[in-house]
Amino acid sequence: MSSGHAHDVKAEVRRYMIVFAALVVGTIVTVLASYINLGHGGNIILALIIASIKGFLVAGFFMHLVSERVMIYTILIATVFFFAGLMYLTIWSLEPTSLIHDKNATKTAVVEHKAH
Amino acid sequence: MEIPYTVREREDTGLYNAKLGIWLFLASEVMLFGALFSAYILLRVSSPPGFWPHHVLNVPIGTVNTIVLIVSSVTVVMGWASLKMNQFGKYRIFQAITILCALTFVCVKSYEYYDKFTHYAVMKKDGTVVDGHLVSKDKEKIVLHLNEHPETRVRFLTEGDTTPANEPGIAKGAGPITGGHSEPAPNAHKEAASGESHAGHHEPVTVPMSEVQRMEAYGPWHHTYLAIYFTLTGLHALHVIGGALVIAYIWGPGAKMWKTEPERYTNRVEVSGLFWHFVDLVWIFLFPVLYLL
Repeated sequence: MSSGHAHDVKAEVRRYMIVFAALVVGTIVTVLASYINLGHGGNIILALIIASIKGFLVAGFFMHLVSERVMIYTILIATVFFFAGLMYLTIWSLEPTSLIHDKNATKTAVVEHKAH
Repeated sequence: MEIPYTVREREDTGLYNAKLGIWLFLASEVMLFGALFSAYILLRVSSPPGFWPHHVLNVPIGTVNTIVLIVSSVTVVMGWASLKMNQFGKYRIFQAITILCALTFVCVKSYEYYDKFTHYAVMKKDGTVVDGHLVSKDKEKIVLHLNEHPETRVRFLTEGDTTPANEPGIAKGAGPITGGHSEPAPNAHKEAASGESHAGHHEPVTVPMSEVQRMEAYGPWHHTYLAIYFTLTGLHALHVIGGALVIAYIWGPGAKMWKTEPERYTNRVEVSGLFWHFVDLVWIFLFPVLYLL
């Protein structure tokens, strides 16, 4: 977004319109895809893929990340690193050995319920 | 003292200061929403089998709100582009649309919240659950319009509400947990309706308070799904309101700067726009996660 020339801006405006159309189509596809049974995991993955593409379009073109300064990329690399770490910790805590995913607790609850 | 680098870019960063500032702020925002998404994943995966509700929210309304935010993102960037082309009048129109979109979004969200706060789950002393929208409530009775989509019912997490609903708005909460596929109670609808109302599904059902063991609106206290739903969308709505206020200030009283310092003014519009796009970006992920999955 560094250039201020009117001609460049006009070219960008055309790009914004294309991105806008893509985002609307992406939203409709997301909704329609949710009614197709791809298995629970399949639906989640498809929805997240479409959301990621839409997110890329917004960040890349509306926020001009496709042509930004190195400093901003540096900040974002650090952000991505910590965000990925957070998600890794989240998924790691869902492993069968973790305390959160305690299948035995659920089984115990079922047995106790039956006993009553 | 004059604020440095409001227009000119610093040699070391290659950015004017406000732009560096907004990106650092957005980085911290990513972590804020990331932590809440993490909480969502943990709550969802650790939910007992069959207890995580699906399709509780109105998808057409959510889709409209998504489109509204996308439109607002386009008008923000078009407003900035108009200033770059020295077309202040066009900028004013585009940003006015942005502010209207923000108001629309908040109004629609408020309607959705109202819908949830007037949606009640009533567990009777015999274990039957009556589920629907509030018609009236007093010390003697509660009257509900039955929820005709039992698959959207948000179950009580405690007190024995363990059987999926099989009739509109009504379920018998007595069976054991068997992987979330308990046998539905026979004649549950008749049992719940007998004695209180002989009305059809489209007419209200009355439950005397003397028969009520527990009742809750679909607020954040009713279920962890609703808790994380209100937390995520509430925080997002606060961002929408905050962003709209800043954009409205720059568009209205702050527009005087355009006459004296047009480049600085354009940069202000750009920075507020970056925040607005981030708000849109968060919603792009919230919508499928909360409404569709």
